[in-house]
Amino acid sequence: MQGHSHYVPTSGIGKWMDSRLPVPRLVYDSFIAYPVPKNLNYFYTFGAILSFMLIAQIITGVVLAMHYTAHVDLAFNSIEKMMRDVNYGWMLRYLHANGASMFFVAVYVHMFRGLYYGSYKAPREVLWILGVIIYLLMMATAFLGYVLPWGQMSLWGAVVITNLFSAIPLVGPTVVEFLWGGYSVDNPTLNRFFSLHYLLPFMIAGVVVLHVWALHVTGQNNPTGVEVKDVKKDTVPFTPYATIKDAVGLIFFLILFMWFVFFQPTYLGHAVNFVPADPLVTPPHIVPEWYFLPFYAILRAITFDINLIIFTIPSKLGGVLAMFAAIAVLAFLPWLDTSKVKSTAYRPMHKQFFWAFVVVCLILGWLGSKPAEYPYTVLSLIFTGLYFAYFLVVLPLLGLFETPRKLPASIADAVLAKVRKGGAPVTAGAAAAPQTKG
Amino acid sequence: MMKRFSLRMATAGLAGLVLASVGPVQAAEQLAPPRFTWSSSGVFGTFDRAQLQRGFQVFKEACSACHGIDQMSFRNLAQPGGPEFSTAQAAAIAADWMHKVREIGDDGQPAERTPRLADRIPGPFANKKAAEAAHGGKAPPDLSLMPRARSYERGFPWFLTDIFTLYQEHGADYVKAFLTGYEEGKQTPPGTHYNKYYPGNFVGMPNILQDGLVTYTDGSPQTAKQYAADVTAFLMWTAEPHLEQRKRIGFQVLLFLLVLGGLTYFTKKKVWKNVEGHS
Repeated sequence: MQGHSHYVPTSGIGKWMDSRLPVPRLVYDSFIAYPVPKNLNYFYTFGAILSFMLIAQIITGVVLAMHYTAHVDLAFNSIEKMMRDVNYGWMLRYLHANGASMFFVAVYVHMFRGLYYGSYKAPREVLWILGVIIYLLMMATAFLGYVLPWGQMSLWGAVVITNLFSAIPLVGPTVVEFLWGGYSVDNPTLNRFFSLHYLLPFMIAGVVVLHVWALHVTGQNNPTGVEVKDVKKDTVPFTPYATIKDAVGLIFFLILFMWFVFFQPTYLGHAVNFVPADPLVTPPHIVPEWYFLPFYAILRAITFDINLIIFTIPSKLGGVLAMFAAIAVLAFLPWLDTSKVKSTAYRPMHKQFFWAFVVVCLILGWLGSKPAEYPYTVLSLIFTGLYFAYFLVVLPLLGLFETPRKLPASIADAVLAKVRKGGAPVTAGAAAAPQTKG
Repeated sequence: MMKRFSLRMATAGLAGLVLASVGPVQAAEQLAPPRFTWSSSGVFGTFDRAQLQRGFQVFKEACSACHGIDQMSFRNLAQPGGPEFSTAQAAAIAADWMHKVREIGDDGQPAERTPRLADRIPGPFANKKAAEAAHGGKAPPDLSLMPRARSYERGFPWFLTDIFTLYQEHGADYVKAFLTGYEEGKQTPPGTHYNKYYPGNFVGMPNILQDGLVTYTDGSPQTAKQYAADVTAFLMWTAEPHLEQRKRIGFQVLLFLLVLGGLTYFTKKKVWKNVEGHS
């Protein structure tokens, strides 16, 4: 799709710059002339939405950091002062805290969209894996950020998550002391978490650049999963077509975002985090933020030691391994899915398994919010099994047994067929198509 | 000391993993408080000034002997969006306050002085240890954030509908219910009192709000129920002094985005008009 560049500098400065550092050419080729399939739906606007969210989080975060004090005795009060005495400090803080949640809303839509339309398949494997890396970095950043207000859930969430690493055989306790910077979650921990919380978003930005680069090499996938055959017939230029559509998607996403910021600003958090951290009082329920809940359920699903005859995996290590495997398995998706057909729109069986998988993820999220007791532990185990079965059993086998529907010859054909069926009313511009008003 | 914390955290972390529930008493079932009406709820919610002023009076006369309100300054009492006392009234409240500002005097010795408008509202105790010593080992919590720091389980599907019905007064409902939730004649461990809304039911704080305890000057009913409503409204404000500004700006932001979204949508339709399969 990249092809050769059609950029023609017109001004004197443009020509001078183009032969030295062709930044205008890069922008022109990437965001103006870049051809996008003309059948993209609104689920494809989430890439732009995510870019916006990353920039918004960095800007609000940099300003918040000007008012924040990373010290166990001062952090909680520095944030309360920000909420009360800094001009619009409350707004910045709500934007940032809810922005993290909305970032995950957008990334989950983006990921499920990729899953549905097979966007991870050749030639987009590297693009997908870069996405998995961004997701991992996002999770780390969000976790570190939640610790900074130093409320009860901040502290005890940090205690639970850092303790995961103690399950690593032999070096576990050393690793945990290294993370803590001491013998408990304390001031050194808060300081390094703040430092890393400031660092990771820029690493995300770096990987995002690679992600977009890879996207512009392979070109975008589309709802038919059929690759672009004829750039003239199958695609439209990024500007104005994709830019205006992304803008519409972004604005309606912002309406949801602002609803939370201004009318439910603490809904997505925990009340107990308005209690200052106290190492001597453990909150009754230690629960992560909603976007981690499915993985939290998987972590706690392994309540028994796994006996492998030669050695035994203790339950705690088993849970940690299962949780990391649940994320790592995503990176292998391009090779686990054996079907030649990309889009689930043409895979009748996968369509059912896909939606079943979405439900499994939602149920795991619900289980993650429940205390680890009967029957939730048993259910967690069952649904953890189903989660992995989707990747390790369903996707590899489905490619062999499923009979896909007939694919359209090209994107243009698919669009035309839709027009003929009357799926979309035809406008004056589409002169060749018959009128099917009504 | 460090090692002890380390061990404690390691065990709690483990317990968190395996049980996610530490302390069987705290994890006890909590009785859901009833829903109350608050003037500050909803899209256009604002505080009732007179109620916040009465609530402040209740706090001053019934709560402040034991509880602090550390995040608030006297000047806040006169700022827009709160009880909106006049600056002179707020200054007079500071001058009359029953607790003094504790500081180090010019001679290097601990000293006390009368609070001013700019000071944080001083609490009853010089430090946490003093508060613990006076209350059998457990300090009365600071009240600044109380309605935000408490909540109760909503359950499915209400936790989802709350997003759209804008219910966010879980903590306030709990606080008001708690203040009037004491019951006499129950068996309690020594030094505790029975409260049907408190998780675990046995709470150190006695039943404070009795009918007629505080004398109102505006003719409002002088009942425990009214005191509880007023002081809870006051604490909702201390928990979020910019609540009114938040809702006002939020309405403008959403209105703007809806108009912008509509215009952008129709621009998009126009741009895509000539692309086959789109309208």
